[in-house]
Amino acid sequence: MEKKSLWKKITGSREALLFVILILLFIVVTAFNSSFLTPNSLQNLLKNNAVTMVMSLGMLCVMLVGGIDISIMSTLALSGMAIGMLLKYDHVSGTVIPFIIALAIGAACGFVVGLVISRADVPPIIATMGFMYIYRAMGYLISNGGEWASATALGSFSDFATTKILGLNCVIWIIVICYVFFYWFMKWTRTGRKIYAVGSNPEAAEVSGINVKNIKLLVYTIMGILGGLGGALQVGIYASAMPDMQKGGEMDVIAACVIGGVSMSGGRGSVIGALLGSLILATIAKALPLIGIDSLAQNTFKGVLILVVIVVNVILQRAADKNALSRREM
Amino acid sequence: MKKKLISVLLCATMVFGVVTPVLAEDSGSYGEGQKIALVGKSAGNAFFEIAAASFVETAEAEGATVDIVYPEEATADAQIKVLDNLISQDYDAICLSANDTNALQAKLEEAMDAGIAVSSFDSAPNAASRQVFVNQAGTTAVAQALVDAVYDIAGGEGQWAILSATSQATNQNAWIDAMQEIIENDDTYADLELVEIAYGDDEAQKSTDQTEALLQNYPDLKVICAPTTVGIAAAAKYLQDNGSSCKLTGLGLPSEMEAYTGDDDEHSCPYFYLWDMEGLGELSAYATMALINGDITGALDETFTAGDLGEYTITEADDGGTEIVLGEPLEFTPENVSEYAELY
Repeated sequence: MEKKSLWKKITGSREALLFVILILLFIVVTAFNSSFLTPNSLQNLLKNNAVTMVMSLGMLCVMLVGGIDISIMSTLALSGMAIGMLLKYDHVSGTVIPFIIALAIGAACGFVVGLVISRADVPPIIATMGFMYIYRAMGYLISNGGEWASATALGSFSDFATTKILGLNCVIWIIVICYVFFYWFMKWTRTGRKIYAVGSNPEAAEVSGINVKNIKLLVYTIMGILGGLGGALQVGIYASAMPDMQKGGEMDVIAACVIGGVSMSGGRGSVIGALLGSLILATIAKALPLIGIDSLAQNTFKGVLILVVIVVNVILQRAADKNALSRREM
Repeated sequence: MKKKLISVLLCATMVFGVVTPVLAEDSGSYGEGQKIALVGKSAGNAFFEIAAASFVETAEAEGATVDIVYPEEATADAQIKVLDNLISQDYDAICLSANDTNALQAKLEEAMDAGIAVSSFDSAPNAASRQVFVNQAGTTAVAQALVDAVYDIAGGEGQWAILSATSQATNQNAWIDAMQEIIENDDTYADLELVEIAYGDDEAQKSTDQTEALLQNYPDLKVICAPTTVGIAAAAKYLQDNGSSCKLTGLGLPSEMEAYTGDDDEHSCPYFYLWDMEGLGELSAYATMALINGDITGALDETFTAGDLGEYTITEADDGGTEIVLGEPLEFTPENVSEYAELY
């Protein structure tokens, strides 16, 4: 009896299932290499995936309204490169001001994307494909055609990525703050609920007085801000700014959300899901070289694992939906 | 009748075009009046631009004019368009960094038939498409320098690993193969154990994951050798931040590596290498001018003087064509890294 209710609990909630998958992954990897489950190793895991983790939150919002944004890593490169160059040529210094500049550039990038999608009604994949090229090229332009900003050029900016507060790296604190904020924002604020409403049923949302266009504009702006944050984090963590950084990384962010149970057609997904999804993806990426999978086969394994996780998740979700329906005798 | 006249005239101009460069020989400065086109892979490669700037400076000091032309994108098609344009203008020479080994052959042969000297540096088109290739450093020279660095830093024995870019990168694989060959055939390196070749795909994130996995899988690892600029910087950052006892060497950019280069425990990289891009630009400029002047034709064993760089001999390249090898890769030490960091 006890066992059955636990099983129901797991199949009943997508998040619980993902959590079990994550724990299983941890156990398997630790069995191969015990050094995986050390505090230092786990901190490095979070730090090395901070960019994907915070940007998954933005992608969650975008996907909730049924959209997608593939321009995010170009926004990251543009904002990261901008602060890299400003620091290199001594126009700014310190940590806080570059962060604010990166966030502002990200917000502007996202706002423009949002305008085109919400006001001109361009399909999100097309609009953001355009901006993917535009922002990436702008990143190259401001880098004087391919210059890098190195650790020395960045000065004390990247120190935050090696500083610990209360035993935790600052980068990890940023991740924690982002997740706590979005958990509150999506669950308990009116705007957060409106995002869900627009995604579940745009017509109903419109009729009930929600300005759907503004909500769409908002989610792409949020995505942009997080892209800017990602830029500052990327430059800080790796102490290096290059115009081609994170090229192709948008797929990791989308994969993290999809693994986390965020629906591609909108309306379904949660902050906890995004967290678990990006953690599972991060664990897979870290584990593959650790357990001695041949380098050439690593990407194949990554792809297969992502698909397995999603398929298992979808099957169990369907079972749960069926259960719910039969309980209502439908 | 008219057609015949035109074709005769055309032929005459072509013959004249072939002969003119030879006539222009030795008029004061070495490159006086020469018009050279420098064709890059694509715009936005800081590394190439250092060599290009040095090329322009050298050639212009000798009285030549140089136009740098970049194709719209880094493909052979885009480069063919550029070459098409250049051939119809009155250039004496084209020096290019090829986007594809074989695809440019027809166009470059057309250029050579039209009397334009064709040299190449940085990345070579196949042997039939060029007169001579200027090679930054021979594959074996790079591999030997890296193996010696690993041997030196490891103290003669112990485990070491390679962190490369992608598994398909031609130049990376050539160096790795050469390194393995050197180690197998020389007993000096018998106590060095190459434990793994990891691939970081030239991404900071993946390179960091790979570096960490190497350290966790081989706790006694003494040296990581990363012959790729992104990989070496990411690994250096990781090793230094974690205070690892494992050290690093490889091929990197001085500006990227400045913060990690030092002999003490605080720094992760005692020294590393890269070729001399300025020297490469300078040598390419002299080689190109020598081709125009007819001092060399690109045949084996010809010699010429490259200004202050001294005398160079044309040798056989791996692909069966001919090349001029600049020399050993440059070593960057804690002493000189800051100076070079200003450049690249």
